[in-house]
Amino acid sequence: MRLRDAVVDLRQTGDFTSLQEAIPYARFMGISGELVDDEVIGRMRYSDHLVGNANVPALHGGTLGALMESTAIFKLLWHGETTAIPKTINITVEYLRGARPQDVFARAEFTRRGRRVANVRVFAYQDDPDCPIAVATAHFLLVQD
Amino acid sequence: MAESFLPQKDEIRRRLEGRYVGAVPHNQALGLRVVDYRPEHLSLALPYRADLVGNPETEVLHGGCITSLIDATCGGAVIMSLAAPRRIATLDLRIDYVRPALPHQEVICGAHCYKVTRHVAFVRAKAHHGDKANPIATASGTFVIFPDEGRRTEDGVPK
Repeated sequence: MRLRDAVVDLRQTGDFTSLQEAIPYARFMGISGELVDDEVIGRMRYSDHLVGNANVPALHGGTLGALMESTAIFKLLWHGETTAIPKTINITVEYLRGARPQDVFARAEFTRRGRRVANVRVFAYQDDPDCPIAVATAHFLLVQD
Repeated sequence: MAESFLPQKDEIRRRLEGRYVGAVPHNQALGLRVVDYRPEHLSLALPYRADLVGNPETEVLHGGCITSLIDATCGGAVIMSLAAPRRIATLDLRIDYVRPALPHQEVICGAHCYKVTRHVAFVRAKAHHGDKANPIATASGTFVIFPDEGRRTEDGVPK
């Protein structure tokens, strides 16, 4: 399925499966989205190739950035009106705790969503949503169709 | 990038690759390789691969794998600045995407660890397609340096 059709499909069904399947990197990383109580939750399924430090062991910091950027984009696509993928202007990731070798979840909040630019905060967590392991602030350029 | 003309340099490059890529499962999964190194500096390359594409319409790599490349290179530049091996962890990393990446081209990240204190290291980086003057992303990061488990003295850190 084409990416734009996958976005349309997502808005009709609330199912992120076709979107994940349309994004090669999301498949490679095991990153998907789901709606939980009307909220977009990103999920990165644990896989051995996500590890950054095998001795600790801990997930690679870059993979948390990838999950948080993807979750922000999923939320923008779910709430947006266009089918174009928002462009990342910048992202700042703060690492708070080591990421254990298990699934990671992420939840995004719009600090401001304008016509052209969206400001998004993202929280990544493992067992406890109130105990984030990483936080990101990102700005996106909203591309018109 | 810089061609290695000395066999020693190639040997060091291989050893650094073993450390930064071979020993780090995710860097290995991305196929990172060491392009260049010198004290306080490291350059790693992320080869273009279809399974790392973020937008199949533009065929451009996903920002996520560029984040991993930049994080790995910045962390490596910190290690290049330490006199003794230490465990480090990313405290924060900011990436500005200053222009769109191009499809079917590898991304090279050059990182410079410009200041090391007892417990913290500061790094700047640029990601580009081969022309440093025309970056696709600029980044700055800070890293925590953990105390040496064996010795608690500070002699492992220069300056």
